[in-house]
Amino acid sequence: MIEVENLSKQFGKKTAVDHLSFSVRKGEVLGFLGPNGAGKSTTMRMVTGFLPPTSGDAKICGISIVGNPSEAKRKIGYLPESAPLYNDMTVTGFLRFCAEARGLSGNTRNDAVERSIATCFLQSVAYQSIETLSKGYRHRTCLAQALLHDPEVLILDEPTDGLDPNQKHEVRQLIKRLGETKAILFSTHILEEVEAACSRAVIVDRGKIVVDGTPSELIAKGKGSLTDLFRKVTTLDTAA
Amino acid sequence: MKNVWTIFKREIGSYFSHPIAYAVIVVFLLLSMVFAFTLGGFMDAQDASLTYSFFAYLPFVLMVLVPAVGMRLLSEEQRSGTIELLGTMPVTMWSVIFGKFLAAALVWLIALLLTFPIWITVNHLGDPDNLTILSGYIGGFLVACTFLAITLLVSAFTRDQVICLIVAATICIVIVLGTFDPFVRAYAKALPAGFSDAITSLGVWDHFMSLARGSFRLQDATWFVSIILACLLGTSAILSAKRA
Repeated sequence: MIEVENLSKQFGKKTAVDHLSFSVRKGEVLGFLGPNGAGKSTTMRMVTGFLPPTSGDAKICGISIVGNPSEAKRKIGYLPESAPLYNDMTVTGFLRFCAEARGLSGNTRNDAVERSIATCFLQSVAYQSIETLSKGYRHRTCLAQALLHDPEVLILDEPTDGLDPNQKHEVRQLIKRLGETKAILFSTHILEEVEAACSRAVIVDRGKIVVDGTPSELIAKGKGSLTDLFRKVTTLDTAA
Repeated sequence: MKNVWTIFKREIGSYFSHPIAYAVIVVFLLLSMVFAFTLGGFMDAQDASLTYSFFAYLPFVLMVLVPAVGMRLLSEEQRSGTIELLGTMPVTMWSVIFGKFLAAALVWLIALLLTFPIWITVNHLGDPDNLTILSGYIGGFLVACTFLAITLLVSAFTRDQVICLIVAATICIVIVLGTFDPFVRAYAKALPAGFSDAITSLGVWDHFMSLARGSFRLQDATWFVSIILACLLGTSAILSAKRA
């Protein structure tokens, strides 16, 4: 469903992503791990068509994001890092706007909005202004936006960042449930999340994949601890 | 086209759910009327037209107020990161820019239309040429759109609304004051002959006042449309260059 081929991104002289290749199949949840600045968000921004890659390509359900961006974007639901929202809108108003921008209209649009609100447990704030929402609700509103068009591919950039333990648990369960029928790529710093939600994980360091495997393989490689493996294969930002 | 409408609707909703549109419209009505009744001498001029009492002062009011309406259009998207949402939706950047531009233009259309009491007054007191007045309103709207396009271009560069307001207002002020006839006459003495004509025809006054006087010339339409198009295309180029 997601095929990333030799994706590279350079900002001036700095190489943020260095010939990255991986793929995510339907029914698979791929955890994208790595230290801050490893190129995780940049990779996701390229796969979703927000940033044009310096070289390489990503195919979403066989459609090239470089060659045919608007068709490929239709297949993707994306939760950006820090969950950006329009503060002056209500939750429902925002979701309706996103649904329309996704090409849904009339009853299809209203049904999609209702379904997303139910999936992300937003009923109690549906008509509240986004400005007044707590962080957990903001995050879920942005996640609801990604689910509106029932995309085949979900790309989530730190979906559990800044949530409390209960909310983290709920989002993980949600990812797991959605992962049964979709291809999901999600990035995280929290290593326990890999065991809790992923069917496969890669560790990225300085724009390259350094480890790729199932959570149990990764734990075996780290001799029982994911943290040890993570610390062994990634460079400290003080050393880089 | 449908996407332009979607963006346009959201933007208009956002304008009128904030105090900004109301504040700017009220200030605009106040200032334009203050100018018309004091400097413009609307009551004393014994002239049943709006050309020199009302329209002639519009660029001075618009040069500061238009950037205040346009400053948030793209800066705010970039600051809050919502540009990333738009950029990953199946919506072209061009329809985002166009939708936003049209929404802000509608705010100005409403502001200009709300000066209608002066139009009624001049009809009550005298017998003006209403087509000339209509042409003046079209001119005023085109000036607002031109300044708006300039503001949109500036807002693509920065994520800070205040910077956008200051830079865009400065550009508009230079365009208005730099080509204002008394100023041009003052500094044209230091320039080679012919320069003052060039500056005048590059500036807003020549094109706007001909519309305010009721004459529609092709060069005026070309001037307005080409600046607006160039700024909108520039905006789209800046936004894609920023991501490359």
